[in-house]
Amino acid sequence: MLELEFNNSVLTAHLSGELDHHSAAVIRKKIDSKTEALKPKTLKLDYKDVQFMDSSGIGLIMGRYRQMSLIGGNVEVTNVPPHLKRMFSLSGIDTLGVMK
Amino acid sequence: MKCINEVKFKFPAKSSNEAFARGAVSAFIMQLDPTISELSDIKTSVSEAVTNSIVHGYLGKGGEIYITVKIFEENIVSIKIRDKGCGIEDIEKAMEPLFTTGGDERAGLGFAVMQSFMDSIKVTSKIGKGTTVTLKKRITKNDP
Repeated sequence: MLELEFNNSVLTAHLSGELDHHSAAVIRKKIDSKTEALKPKTLKLDYKDVQFMDSSGIGLIMGRYRQMSLIGGNVEVTNVPPHLKRMFSLSGIDTLGVMK
Repeated sequence: MKCINEVKFKFPAKSSNEAFARGAVSAFIMQLDPTISELSDIKTSVSEAVTNSIVHGYLGKGGEIYITVKIFEENIVSIKIRDKGCGIEDIEKAMEPLFTTGGDERAGLGFAVMQSFMDSIKVTSKIGKGTTVTLKKRITKNDP
C-alpha cells in the first residue's frame, strides 16, 4: 500500500494497490507524520504500482500539496500509469505543476 | 427495455466497504465480458458514488447503502446506489466539478468522474430522506 523512502531531503512515497477514500486516509496520515518529522524539501508521490484509484487519489495530491506549501516544500507526482491518465487529465491537477 | 438479470445488496456505510461495493458490482458485470477499461470505469464510478454516500449522505456517521445492479438487453448495465442520508440541497451545484463540502482531502470530482466514465447519470435527492444515483453504461459486445 505504501513504502516511504528518505534521501537527500526528498521523501518518496511509493503507492501501490487500490487507492480509495478508505486507503487514502491511512496513507495520508503516514505521509503527513513523516513530512512533519523530516521536513523534506520535496515529497515525491510515485503512482507506478497503483492498480486502481478513484478521485481520492487526486485528493491525496491536493492535500499533500497544501501540506508541503506550509513548510516551503514542493510535491512531485511520478510514474502515472496509462490506465490512470484519464482521471488525472479530468482533474486538471497538472495546473499545479506537480506532474513530472 | 427488458431486464434480464438483477442483483441487490446492502451494506453499512463504512469506508472499509468501498472496495467490497465496487468489487461486488464488477463481479456481477463480468458475465457481459466487459473490456478492462469498461470494468475500470464502472468500478471507479461506483467507488465515487459510494464514497459520496458515506462522506456526504451520512456525514461519516454510518447508515445503510443499497445497491441494485440490472442488466438489460443489448448489454446495458444500470447501477443504482441509494442512501437514506441527509440529501443534497442543490444537485446542480453538487455536480459542478471541483465543488466540494468534503474538506481539503476531497477533490470535488466525484460527479465529474461519474459523468465522464459512464454513459449517463441520474441523481435524485430529498433533504432529510436521502439520495439515489443511477449510472448506466453499455458494454461493448464482443462478437465472436
